[in-house]
Amino acid sequence: MTALNHKLFRDLWRMRGQVLAVGMVIASGVATLVMSVSTQEALTETSQAYYERYRFGDIFATVTRAPETLTSRIAELPGVQAVQTRVSRFAMIDVEGFTEPIIGQLTSVPENRQPELNQLVLRSGRWVSLSDHDEVIINEPFADKHGLVPGDYLSAIMNGKKRQLKIVGVALSPEFIYTMAPGALLPDDKRFGIFWMGREALAAAYDLDGAFNSISLSLLRGVQPEPVMQRLDTMLERFGGVSSITRDDQISNWFVMNEIEQLKTMSAILPTIFLSVAAFLTNMVLARLIATEREEIGLLKAFGYSSLHIGWQYTKFVLVLCLVGISLGWVLGGLLGRYNTELYAEHLFKFPLLIYQPSLHAFVIGSAVSIFAALLGALAAVRKAVMLPPAEAMIPPAPPIYRRGMLTDTAVSRWLDQPTRIALRQIGRWPLRSMFTGIGVAFSVGLLVMALQWEDSIDHLADNYFVNSQKQDISVGLTEKEALRSIHDFKRIPGVLDAEPSRIVSADFRVGTIVHRGGITAIQADSRLQPIYDDNSHSVLPVPPEGLVMATRLAQKLNVNAGDVIWVEVLEGRRPTLQVPIVKVFETYIGMPVFMDLNAMNRLLKESPRLEYANLLIDEGKQSEFFSYLKEMPTVSSVMVRQTAIDTFYETVAQTMLFFTTIFTGLAAALAFGVVYNSTRIALSERGRELATLRVLGFTRGEISYILLGEVSLLIILGLPVGCAAGWLLSWLIASNFDTELFRIPLAIRASTYGSSMLLILASAAVSAALVRRRVDKLDLIRVLKTRE
Amino acid sequence: MTIASAALAHSSPILTALGLTKVYKSGLVEVRALRGVDFELMGGEMVVLLGPSGSGKSTLLNILGGLDLPTSGQVFFDGHDISSADDAALTRFRRDHVGFVFQFYNLIPSLTARENVALVTEIAPNPLDPADALALVGLKERIDHFPAQLSGGEQQRVAIARAIAKQPEILLCDEPTGALDHETGILVLEAIEQVNRELGTTTAVITHNTVVADMADRVLHIADGSISNIVINSERCSAKELRW
Repeated sequence: MTALNHKLFRDLWRMRGQVLAVGMVIASGVATLVMSVSTQEALTETSQAYYERYRFGDIFATVTRAPETLTSRIAELPGVQAVQTRVSRFAMIDVEGFTEPIIGQLTSVPENRQPELNQLVLRSGRWVSLSDHDEVIINEPFADKHGLVPGDYLSAIMNGKKRQLKIVGVALSPEFIYTMAPGALLPDDKRFGIFWMGREALAAAYDLDGAFNSISLSLLRGVQPEPVMQRLDTMLERFGGVSSITRDDQISNWFVMNEIEQLKTMSAILPTIFLSVAAFLTNMVLARLIATEREEIGLLKAFGYSSLHIGWQYTKFVLVLCLVGISLGWVLGGLLGRYNTELYAEHLFKFPLLIYQPSLHAFVIGSAVSIFAALLGALAAVRKAVMLPPAEAMIPPAPPIYRRGMLTDTAVSRWLDQPTRIALRQIGRWPLRSMFTGIGVAFSVGLLVMALQWEDSIDHLADNYFVNSQKQDISVGLTEKEALRSIHDFKRIPGVLDAEPSRIVSADFRVGTIVHRGGITAIQADSRLQPIYDDNSHSVLPVPPEGLVMATRLAQKLNVNAGDVIWVEVLEGRRPTLQVPIVKVFETYIGMPVFMDLNAMNRLLKESPRLEYANLLIDEGKQSEFFSYLKEMPTVSSVMVRQTAIDTFYETVAQTMLFFTTIFTGLAAALAFGVVYNSTRIALSERGRELATLRVLGFTRGEISYILLGEVSLLIILGLPVGCAAGWLLSWLIASNFDTELFRIPLAIRASTYGSSMLLILASAAVSAALVRRRVDKLDLIRVLKTRE
Repeated sequence: MTIASAALAHSSPILTALGLTKVYKSGLVEVRALRGVDFELMGGEMVVLLGPSGSGKSTLLNILGGLDLPTSGQVFFDGHDISSADDAALTRFRRDHVGFVFQFYNLIPSLTARENVALVTEIAPNPLDPADALALVGLKERIDHFPAQLSGGEQQRVAIARAIAKQPEILLCDEPTGALDHETGILVLEAIEQVNRELGTTTAVITHNTVVADMADRVLHIADGSISNIVINSERCSAKELRW
């Protein structure tokens, strides 16, 4: 090893505390990058492999009833590779020992063989047989939650008849990676399941012999889906077809892809923060190193080392620094990525296989970006070293020139003692460095605020959706619309205190060329159980006698406002196209609902008064009695129990939230530690002589610590409020990134979130300050008297 | 005999050192910096410690000033043994009773001359006004200048003002003219002399410049870790008369 390399390693060892602190920040950046990129890759690769192997469809459509003979004509459409028709219905399921009602999505599969498309992964048991119409394959998450295995039985109310079904197999399907009941917010595998039955059995039960009500197509490679969909829609229209959707809009896939998108956002924002802070820290450490080594640099140059040599020497220092950070980051990122992917697979997405093979890509990007950032940060310092003429380098630098500043030269300043003055002038002398320290602290606080505000947002969202917008205990959906008077039948069910009708009418909203497919929720004018709650005014809006009340997000999408009239193309019944005014817009975070008066709706559709949903208020003590009654009802297609929905919501969200909050708390603490440790450590090495002099003059350890730590404390105190503002901004950035049609994240940060973030950062800063304080105690008082700075 | 040396004959010791030894361990090598030094510093006198570098004079001064502890032996100040004091007690000793002047001034670059002095007066029980202390060393006009705006001699005089502003019993100066040219050095020595005469501050000056010895009441020659010779000057030279 050359002498210079010996020197390099000794320098690194001597400055190991700082090297590690910078390394930790680099590691955090690399780890977040590796984690999000590798999770992203794992989810993408896993779902792609899954989709390909089990032939996930490209296009999906539903109809009321279409003849099977249509299939061959659809298969002949140009670009179509395969067609799979099927029968699909919702039904009430009863599992012995489970009191609450369960909704099942019954879907047909060919007896004795896999379907052409959307094939199942049989996890245990066998396929359904042709001979027995009561056999069923159930989806694995549902089976797990209820402890069901092949050979067990459950019952289902199919088309009004209660049937005992025998479980013969347990399976997974690419169509249901993310299983969500209609109208639900999140998966609830205990109360919603997928049930595959033989085509003949299911068709017979629902009088769909020789017909289908659901269809899926796959396309030849490279074929654009739009022309195929247009032709398919035309063919299906007369059979009650609601226009087809691509894989992108298929609910399960939408959620998987949406999650991958979010990971992309994360992989862009967070590493940027860490690596820019790392760049600044590298600059700080290196600048200090070079300042203390002026004479040595001069000497080396005098010996004949070239500027290139000198530059390379310090560049190597930066590279080793990066190496420490990168290797830490790789390990951490790889582990976190794996854990994160498994977390997804365990709680949200059901895959039969999990491909976690982080490509070199993630690691290479992580390292390249961090080396680039660190070198960029080191550029100025290395340049300075290279530019030093040897003669000048060998004489000590001129003392820094201080000026009286505003802070230390006003009327107020008379009250300042000298130690405070030293701290203030130090900040004034190195404003850029001070600013960076403040910014570093601010970033840490900001990161924490962003991480911790999730809980606030989620609470706010849950409050808005489950408490303010829903007053019913249970909402029951019916398989067929019923006459409005049947609401009285609900009121007579044991345990029901009150009941209100509502219906959801599918419709296309059209303004110029913008079309949105959605629905109108029709409620009674005096609806108390399902009010229109506006989160902007924090009040319940009255249901206008005519016209629509529309969610802000949809009004934005359609580019309309209250007072405008839009085209509504109703997609059911006689399918009228109507002009309807928007009376008011309101703020909500889930979906893009549109409300209308139930009577007004019935009048517009020229239908007799009907209901599709019953919103119920239940006597808590009689809930189980009510459930057993409900389970026997033949016409129920969905049941939403508000409390269960809230529980599931928090359970699911809490899992992922806990993970992120923990990670971010760690990362933010590392960042704060790195910044504060380096700032104080450098201040100590620059001012060790000054502080030792003060000790000689009779200042106590506490008093000189005040000078050293006072400066950084002041910067921290200045950084805290800036950090809160940064946290707000980051949260806002994230919230705007979560602005999807399905849900928005409200920006609702509690005061306590700011408080805890600041306290955590203060604690982390205190730890690093305590470490430096230990060095203050070891100052060599005698040496400084004999040496010139 | 000067008035000062006459008074000295009757004054009592302010600092007493008994059998001081100091052994530094530097790696495997033991360096004996002091080998049993007995010494008394009398109230109001000016002592010059002369000796080549490495002779142990700085070590002695550091121990007397409460910056370092002897390996064995005792140092008494006002009846208290400071050689067995803890860090807090030593800090208090330096803070209340000792003024230091260093070869390289050791001023705080971010504070003006006045503020550098105020740094000490703020924590002292019975200080001079910083402006008065600076006037005493002839720096009335340069009071609001930062160290970077002052010459070496001016900086050293600020350091003297800083050392005496707390009105210490003892003023310890380690090579105060070591980094200065002749003329500036004389100015600095004049300031020290003035403090000793006018305030009666007991003063010890370390130097390897034999000429400086002429301004002392007593001259201690130190060689190889012990006092080799003590010379009492019958006549103290004024700093102005010194030439080297």
